Amino acid sequence: MDAKAKGKKAGAADDIGRETRLELYRLQVELRHCEKRAHDLFLQNLVKGTSHLSLGQEAIAAAFGVAMRPDDWTFCTYRGHAHTLARGASMSGVLGELMGRECGLLGGKGGSMHLTDVSKGAMGSYAIIGAHLPVAAGAAWSAQYRGTEQVAVCFFGDGTTNIGAFHEALNFAAVWKLPVVYVCENNLYMEYTPIASVTAVEKPAADRAAAYGLESVVVDGNDADEVYRTAVKYMERARKGGGPALIEAVTYRHSGHSRADPAKYRPEGELEKWLERDPLKIYRARLLKLGVAEATLKDIEDESMRKVDEATAIAKASPPPALEAIEKNVWADGGAAWRN
Amino acid sequence: MAELTYREAVAAGIAQEMERDELVVFLGEDVAAAGGVFKSTVGLLERFGPKRVRDCPISEQAIIGAAMGAAMTGLKPIAEIMFSDFLAVCWDMVANEIAKTRYMTNGQIQLPLVIRTANGAGSRFGAQHSQAVENWAMAVPGLKVVAPSTPADVKGLVAAAVRDPDPVIVFEQKSLYAVKGEVPDGEHVDVLGKAKVLREGKDCTVVALALMVPRALEAAAILEKEHGISCTVVDVRSLVPLDTQTILAEVAKTGRLVTVEENPRLCGWGAEIASIVADECFWSLDGPIVRITTPHVPLPSADQLEDATIPSVARIVREIREKMD
Repeated sequence: MDAKAKGKKAGAADDIGRETRLELYRLQVELRHCEKRAHDLFLQNLVKGTSHLSLGQEAIAAAFGVAMRPDDWTFCTYRGHAHTLARGASMSGVLGELMGRECGLLGGKGGSMHLTDVSKGAMGSYAIIGAHLPVAAGAAWSAQYRGTEQVAVCFFGDGTTNIGAFHEALNFAAVWKLPVVYVCENNLYMEYTPIASVTAVEKPAADRAAAYGLESVVVDGNDADEVYRTAVKYMERARKGGGPALIEAVTYRHSGHSRADPAKYRPEGELEKWLERDPLKIYRARLLKLGVAEATLKDIEDESMRKVDEATAIAKASPPPALEAIEKNVWADGGAAWRN
Repeated sequence: MAELTYREAVAAGIAQEMERDELVVFLGEDVAAAGGVFKSTVGLLERFGPKRVRDCPISEQAIIGAAMGAAMTGLKPIAEIMFSDFLAVCWDMVANEIAKTRYMTNGQIQLPLVIRTANGAGSRFGAQHSQAVENWAMAVPGLKVVAPSTPADVKGLVAAAVRDPDPVIVFEQKSLYAVKGEVPDGEHVDVLGKAKVLREGKDCTVVALALMVPRALEAAAILEKEHGISCTVVDVRSLVPLDTQTILAEVAKTGRLVTVEENPRLCGWGAEIASIVADECFWSLDGPIVRITTPHVPLPSADQLEDATIPSVARIVREIREKMD
């Protein structure tokens, strides 16, 4: 019996322990607060460029973040603030990078769409649709080759399922039986266009799984417990040599595609319906039902807000990067010389 | 010294590095069991086994992406792209991901990987299997680019590329695969970013790359013997890093620069060298810089058309004679 079935049978899903659940909640709250802060900072013109928020999709990043081993690898997209934070990257480093400050994770050279913290296994946020799927396969190959039992987890959106790299990577990973878990966050819109209107199958990822000899897996992406169980199951299978998985987590983004998008294309009432299924709302109610005290949840929420305030203050106080950074770190010798 | 063909020297370079370091792995299309469509990787599967020498599906993005992911997590992959024209299929991986990731992550991610590819004309394969595209790679910050012209150089530069901590693209000229040459015995590792002066002359400095190097040498011999024009010939070998010191010094000695490029006219690598020489060596020049290139057309396939399109020995002789008059 798999973890999911067991959980259902147990009714209250008590296969996940209290500490893990509190961690899942804490992480979701932090991701929510930090994304909201990123949006506020944008409105204050302190975050430049673009930013793609994960508001409403936090359960997926949080559940994998909790399920992953510290030496596992995350590959995510330009909508990657949450996935990077979920691995334990510093919040001031994330906000600082969004604000173009010296304290940013990338020293101001990458910006919102390229958050990376190798020390935490966050192996990069990739801003060209589909590009990181083969890269994650390569990392998984490295783990397989060296016998380290590390797993690569690769997050992407529903729109990615229609680009060539998706299909190349899935086939490649399946043929080589690589320890990589592909996670499609299906938030129903590629950018501004409903994914259903441009895709030949109903489930953009899961319905393609058969083409690569993989199981079709669909999970409620707004239920952190469901995602957590699925993550544990397929990551452990991959770790033990069982090959890749393709998971479609159905979710919804509360905001537009990017900061430029007010999301006016959504039918009336759709957002409201999904706000009822807000992952934090669902999870909070579940914890209360399971007997967690209101005060405990309040403490987690207050502590998260304190952390976000502190990170914001650090980022705001950080200077802009020194101009010398421009010609640094093209090459491994730290420089940018192309001639002698 | 052993005499090897250019294609044997490629395999020898890869084998030397795989023998030395078991983190070196090799992947590509038809590279393992078949030994490569140009037979440049024959014997590697037998010697190093299927765990390290891997046949891939026709998925250039997956091949290059996997090389990148493996490189950032501790392996030292060598990836083959069968024809350099196919780099266009995975140019996102090459130009957007591999070239930029170290810089964008402020040095957090290191990419010690090599992309080898068969480049250039001479095989009547037509416009999608014959391009010389080393200038594409040269134009992207974050890529090192070499294009060896001899068996010894290809072995040594493949080895140097594997040992380099940055991504390197090795452009192997497919018309050179059958060419034989002396290759040093034992371990042979060259240096990236070093041009070679192959012939010294008084009247003119000819700067060439890959297939154009033997043609420039042959042209120089004819010019000397039949027309009394004495040419220096420099093999650029490495476009990034570029050995501008050697090029500038050799141009200063003769007062003339001729570049011989297989690239189509616009933005061929010679244009960059011409610009550097004009900027930094102008007062040493005795005449205009001359660029001998493929015309700005896609490459035709018929024997006569292809031969007349890329710079030939006769054309190099003729153009240098005309310009030196």
